[in-house]
Formats: sequence, C-alpha cells, structure tokens
Amino acid sequence: MQFDASNLIPVAPELFILSLACLVLVIDLFLDDGQRIFTYALTQLGLFFAIFLTLSVGQTEAQVIFDGSYIRDGMSDVLKVSIYIVTMGAFVYAKEYLREHNLFKGEYYVLGLFAVLGMMVMVSAQSFLTAYLGLELLSLSLYALVAFDRDSKTGSEAAMKYFVLGAIASGMLLYGISMIYGATGALDFTTVTSALATTGVGDIVLVFGLVFVVIGLAFKLGAVPFHMWMPDVYHGAPTPVAQFLGSAPKIAAFALAMRLLVDGMMPLHEHWQQMLIILAILSMVLGNVIAVAQTNIKRMLAYSTISHVGFIMMGILAGTAEGYSASMFYAIIYAFTSLGAFGIIILLSRKGFEAENLDDYKGLHERSPWFAAMMMLFMFSMAGVPPTVGFWAKLFVLDAVVSVELTWVALVGVFFSIIGAFYYIRIIKLMYFDKADNALPVVGNMDTRLTLSVNGILMLALGFFPATLLTICVRAIGS
Amino acid sequence: MTADWPILSLTTWLPIIGGALLLAIGDKAPNASRWMALATAILTFVISIALYCGFDPTTAQMQFVERAPWIPVFNVEYYLGVDGISMPLIILTTFITVFVVIAGWEVIQYKPGMYMAAFLIMEGVMVGVFSALDAMLFYVFWEAMLIPMFLIIGIWGGPNRVYATIKFFLYTFFGSVFMLVALIYMYFQSGSMEILAFHDLKLGLTEQIFIFIAFLLAFAVKVPMWPVHTWLPDAHVEAPTGGSVILAAIMLKIGGYGFLRFSMPITPDASQHLDWLVISMSLIAVVYIGFVALVQQDMKKLIAYSSIAHMGFVTLGFFIVFRIAANSDASGGAILGIEGGMVQMVSHGFISAAMFLCVGVLYDRMHSRQIADYGGVIHTMPVFGAFMVFFAMSNAGLPGTSGFVGEFMVILASFRANFWFAFLGATTLIVGAAYTLWMVKRVMFGNIANDNVRNLQDINRREFIVLGSLAIAVLVLGLWPAPLIEVMDASVVNLFEHIKVSKL
Repeated sequence: MQFDASNLIPVAPELFILSLACLVLVIDLFLDDGQRIFTYALTQLGLFFAIFLTLSVGQTEAQVIFDGSYIRDGMSDVLKVSIYIVTMGAFVYAKEYLREHNLFKGEYYVLGLFAVLGMMVMVSAQSFLTAYLGLELLSLSLYALVAFDRDSKTGSEAAMKYFVLGAIASGMLLYGISMIYGATGALDFTTVTSALATTGVGDIVLVFGLVFVVIGLAFKLGAVPFHMWMPDVYHGAPTPVAQFLGSAPKIAAFALAMRLLVDGMMPLHEHWQQMLIILAILSMVLGNVIAVAQTNIKRMLAYSTISHVGFIMMGILAGTAEGYSASMFYAIIYAFTSLGAFGIIILLSRKGFEAENLDDYKGLHERSPWFAAMMMLFMFSMAGVPPTVGFWAKLFVLDAVVSVELTWVALVGVFFSIIGAFYYIRIIKLMYFDKADNALPVVGNMDTRLTLSVNGILMLALGFFPATLLTICVRAIGS
Repeated sequence: MTADWPILSLTTWLPIIGGALLLAIGDKAPNASRWMALATAILTFVISIALYCGFDPTTAQMQFVERAPWIPVFNVEYYLGVDGISMPLIILTTFITVFVVIAGWEVIQYKPGMYMAAFLIMEGVMVGVFSALDAMLFYVFWEAMLIPMFLIIGIWGGPNRVYATIKFFLYTFFGSVFMLVALIYMYFQSGSMEILAFHDLKLGLTEQIFIFIAFLLAFAVKVPMWPVHTWLPDAHVEAPTGGSVILAAIMLKIGGYGFLRFSMPITPDASQHLDWLVISMSLIAVVYIGFVALVQQDMKKLIAYSSIAHMGFVTLGFFIVFRIAANSDASGGAILGIEGGMVQMVSHGFISAAMFLCVGVLYDRMHSRQIADYGGVIHTMPVFGAFMVFFAMSNAGLPGTSGFVGEFMVILASFRANFWFAFLGATTLIVGAAYTLWMVKRVMFGNIANDNVRNLQDINRREFIVLGSLAIAVLVLGLWPAPLIEVMDASVVNLFEHIKVSKL
C-alpha cells in the first residue's frame, strides 16, 4: 500500500493529457478570438506528443498498478494511440466548421481532452470503479459537447436526451457493479475473477449483477434495444461533435466491454455470451433495416453505427483471443471510417447550410471527383466490400464466430450486411449517378482536404495490406 | 524466360495500375487517355500471350505460380497460378478488353478517361479472379469486380440504369456473402486458405451439401442460372456497350469457372447428390429462356436472354459428368461434357461480345435498340450486315463457327447421360436459330423501314477492326478448336479423376 513513484510511469500519458487539458483551459483565458488558433495548435501538438509518450512507456508485459485497479498492457497502448490519432483527425475536421458556426472556443478542446482522458481511463481500467470513473468522465464531457451550440434547439434537446438516458445507463451499470461487489466482495478484476472461479456461477445475485452491467454497456455501445439515444444525438449534435462521438468513443466502448466482461467476468462467459448474441443480432437487424428508411445522413450513420456495434460484439462474444483481436481491429477501423464519412459531411457543410440530407450528395462526383471517390471508399468500407479494409474487419470477426461453432450467427451477420450494402451504395448512387442540384465547387482548407485524402486512401491501403494492423492487434491482445 | 517473370501479377496489376493512372490524370486530355488505355490493354494482352506460349499442356499442375505471405495470422497468401481451365479464360479476358477499349473510342464522350480506367481495372480484377489460388484472394477479386461494373452501368448506362445497377450489385453481393461463410468454415476445417487444400479436404455429406448450396448461390447468380437470372437482362439493357460486352463475355464465365474450381472438386458428393437440381436449372434455362428470348422486342434483351440459354449449356455440360460416371465407365463422355462447357464458355465470350458490339454499332447511329425501329439495314450497311449475319449464325450454332463446337460436344456428352437431357438440350439448336435469325431477319432484311435507316452510314475502320478480329476468332475456334482443347485436356482429366473419388 506504499506509494511508489515508479507507479506513475505507466500512467504518464494520462498525467500528461490531464495537465494538457488544464494548461489549455488556463491559456485559453488569456487569448482573444483571433488567437484561438494557439489553443488548437497546442491541443494538437499535445496529442501528437502523447502518441510518443504512450509508445515510450509501453512495454511488452502488462503492468498492474494502484492496488490492482489500473493496468497498462499492449491493448491499452494500441487503443490509446488510436484514440489520439482519431481525436486529432476529428479536431482537424472540426476547425473550419467551428469557425464558421461561431463555435471556435477553447472549451471545445478542453472538453475534448477530458473526453480523451476519460477514454484512456476506460481503456486501462482494471477494476469496476476505475472503469466507471473513466466512463463518467467521458460521458460528462460528451454531454457538454453535444450541447456545445447553445443556441441550437435540436442540440440542447439531443444533449438532454443523451444526459437522461446516459445517467440511467450509468445507474444500471453501478447497480450491477454493486451486486457483483456484494457477491464477491471485491471490485478489482483479478480478485473478482478468482472469486468467480471458486464460488462458481450458480449465484443468482451474480448473474443479476451481470445483466445490469451488460445493460449499462449496451447503452454506452448503442446496442439494440438500448440504442434509442443514438439517432437523436447524432442528428442533434453539431456535426463535428457527432463525428467525435461516433469515432473515438467506440474504441473506448470496445475496451470497456473487454475489460468488464473478459478481464472482469470471464468465468461467466457462457452467460454473457448468450446476452451478447441477442444484442448483436438485434443490433445488426434493426440497425441495418432502419437505416434504409433514413433521409438524413447523420441519422443514417447513427443506425449504421448500431449495426457495426453488433459486429464488434460478435467478436467479443466468441470468447477467444482471435475474436478479441478481430473486434479490436474492427473497432479501430470503424472509428477511422466513421471519422472520414463525417469528415465529408463537414467538408460539404458551409455557413448556414448543413449537408445533412441525402439529396445534398447528389452529383458530388461532378462537383468534386476526388472527394466523391473518398466518400465512395468510406461507404464501400462500411459495407464491407473488398478491396477496402472494411471487408477484412468483417472477415476477421466472422472468422472468430465461425471458429467457435456459431456459424449461424455469422450467417445472420452476412445476411443483414447485404441489406446494409443497399443504403451505403445508395449514397454512391446519389454521388455518381444523379445530377447535382447546384454546381458549387467544394471548398475546404488545405489541412482538411489533406486529412480527408489520407483518411480515404487509408481505407484502400489497409485493404491491400491489412496484415500489419492485424498483427498489432493480435499481439496487443496476446500480451 | 517465362518462368522468371511474374507474368500473372503483371497481367493482373498492369491494367489496374494503368487504370489508376488514368483516374489520376482525369479527363483533361481525353485523346491521350484513350491512347494510354489502348496501349495498356494491348500490352496486357501481349503479356498474357506469354501464358499460352509458356504453358505446359501435359500437366495438370498449377503453372506460373507466385506465392507470398499476405496476412500471416490467417494464413492468407498472395498465391497465383493457372491451369488449363483458367488460362484460356485469362487470355479471353485480355483479348476482349482490347476491343472494349476500341469500341468505346468515340462513343463515350462523358468522362472517357474514367470510362477507360473502369474497364482496365475491371480487366485486372477479372484476371485476378481467374488466377487466384488462395480463397481469400479469390474472394477479394471476386467482390472487387462489383465496384467498377456498378459504376460503369450507373454512370454510362441507359435511362433506367440506377435500378439496373443496384439490382446487379445486390444480387451478386447476396450470392457471394454466403460463399464467404463457406470459405471461412473450410478454413477452420483445413487450417489453410489454399483452394487446392480445400480440394483434398474431407467433408461429410451434410457439410458438403451446405457448402455446395452456398457456392451455388454465388455462382448461379453470376452465371446466371434460372431462376436468379433476372438481374442480367436489366443490367445488359442499361449498360453501355462495353459494359454489356464485359458482362456477357467474361463476368458470366466467372460463375462457370467457379463451378469447376470450387463446387465440383470441393464438394463432389454433394454435387452428385444435387446434380438433378443443377441439370434441371440448366435445362430450364436452355428451353424456357430460349422461348423468352423469342418474344423480346429489344435487341440487347434478346441477346441477354440468349446468353442465359447458352450458359445453361455450360452448366449442363459440367454437371452431367456425374450421371455419365454413374451410368458407364466411359469417362470419355464425361470429359467431353466438361470440355464442351469450357469451349462453349470461350466461344460464347467471342460471340456474345460480337453480338453486343453489333447492337452497339446500330445503337450509336440510331439511338434505339427496338427491333421494330429497324428493317432493311443491309441495304445501307452491307459490310456491317455481313458481320451481323455471320455472328448471328454462329450464335445459332452454325457448323464451322465456334458456337457449334461447344454445343455439339455438350449434346454428344449428354446422350451418354440421358437421352432426354440431350433431347431437351438439342432444342436449343432450333429455338436458338429461331430467335437469332428472326431478329436478324427483322433488323437486316426486307425493305428499308424508315428514313433513319436510309441515312445510316456503314461501319468505319475502327468498327471494322473490332468486328473483323472477333469474326476471325470465331472462325478459327470453330474450324480448329484443337489448341484450346489441348491446353485444357490434362487439367480437365485431372478434375474428373478427382471428382470421381468420393470424399465420404
């Protein structure tokens, strides 16, 4: 129980992001609107530095610190780095939009950084309480971000919904945790797991607790039937916030599911596997079918996220290292794809005009062949059509469920991804086969355009060479 | 020399890289794009000739093999190679693409660079499908094929193109995802993604039947077989000429190739068990679709239905082998069936391409595909008329043309299986002649129907080269099919020996 300063080394990235957030908050006070770019630059530089910091404190073997409530392992390193990169991308895309909509404020970056910190804590949680803390830090930052445009009614409405439903979910999760604590007398995963292994799984309180934990998780992941908040929040939130919300936190949500279910309650695998199968199938069915009926692209992407969450859960429920790395691959790839798709929405939106409706994408090919091609790559990747990387993500997950003799789940998954393909190729149809309503050229800053191009080409490049990232994921899970 | 060069990789990637370059250049200099596309297509064809020259027809082993690890965690390899079954189809692909590029030369004015790029990428991907020996590599190429074709029909197609192209995409996507699950399943049974390892994989009958059905969904949609053929007439009618040519000449063959490479050797017992299903689907395609073709008003639709009927012959030829093997010891008949199907595929590649190009020639001038809008074209376009009549004859299976060889071999083989198969199959000789020649009669002969026809210009040199080359190909294959049959013989015999042995 002695405090040991060497314990702080593995959490150096967390400490760094925390100080960065405080620093940005303070410095921003002394800047006027014209100098806001410094806040932005400082945030980006800090995140960039955090990548190297995380990599430099990384080791091959896992380190458990703070009395077994915090862990630094391969998975946490990889996921943290992905979170930084995705967040940096989201900030690049957001800059111009925020400026035009008079939202270019320092608080955006402070909240963003606290959200990143929350995600890092989730990723590294090794006890139920740490996981809960990280989750709340993330959620509170996101509630505020969703309401960031304080004059927007839909924004406030979305934030309110998100907050109320999120609070209920947190309550459920906490309730479940308390039952597990009651049954096992511990909160850190190691003790809980060994307690579960000795007491067996016959305890009804335990299974009850598990149900509530899974419900809380499903809320945060956005799995059916706990998905109600997603379309409204995606729709109501300012587009850059929806983009941030739909990308990095999905990686963190995956990590949370891994920590709680796999690290914390692996002996209950057969119980939570059943629950995840139901959630995954419902998500794939409902998400894909309802997305077809959407005319608003943000709502469509929300439903598409729901279906992708189903796929992420498919890998976890397999309960094998192979499945976990497949899900991890999927979550990372999904975050990047979703980032890019929202990037296109932001690129096409101008002051006083949101490119929200599907019809706004008509004839994009005429207006900007290059970005239409990028959007096509994002859409094909989401639909899982090779040679884009989305195909490999789906393949690895399917591999994982087939390997544990759940071939029927895989069949349901592929069947509904055919329906999913329809609404993705509808976007391509609008962009390529329809005539544009206007011939306005697509304007955007150099950094946005460059990031989008890199993001789009990444879909193809990783599609040709998925081995590196997959190997990283496999190693991260293995450690 | 041939062994040192990665010829298959070159044939696959050269057109894809060429296409990507064309996309990057954009449409600023359309003429330069056209020449560059033509140069790439011809160069690819020349390289693919090396496959034929360096091919050793005495062995059924895979040749020109290239192997490299791709995704080591999943044992996925970049593994290419050809045998006597895939090699002719690769050369067919590179050959036809040259003419597709030439045929789109002046006709395509909207974004010609992108049009050419789409076809070049398509070519590379199709060569990849035929040469992939790793199941995942095959699947990647197989699905990637959808993207360029989806865009070709959707961007350069006719008025109802959006409906047609989405139908095409979803149909084929639907068929193939189940094949993906089957491939993954076999990966866990065999621990390897090699197609050749799947061939030797022991599987129980129930497993085989499920896998067979998954493959059947994928390949039957692609071939297409009745009753999942309905996307084809729509896609053909709406596609630009080049798109129709590639669809009919090569993409349909990929379904047939799939039967030979996957269904039959991997699940021989299930294939034997369910051969009645495939045979009846084929015969329905031959007879019923033949009658459907008879009543078409649209020339492209007519040829599309005729393609379905002809492809019915291909699948019939493949699947009667199980009946022949059961009936007698005359393995010659079985091999005749498979080889007949193969010849029919190559021949149909030439003939359907030529027929669609002929319709394209008329459509470019009149902007109509309705038979009723034509009449007496031969008076104003004598040279073109000669070509069209020739191709129509070969489509109807006139002896001396390639159309005859394949049909004859398949009918001959089906006599050994069952008289009624042969009888029903042979009706195509009548029905096929009826719908093709009747169409030619209404379009070509008679009095000049209207002023539009009177003002028609005969084909120019570009069109002459295209149709002339295809006519030569049809004649050569018709009169002297031996070189084609020789290269595939060893592989087909090997395939037959393999499927005769039960896996149970």
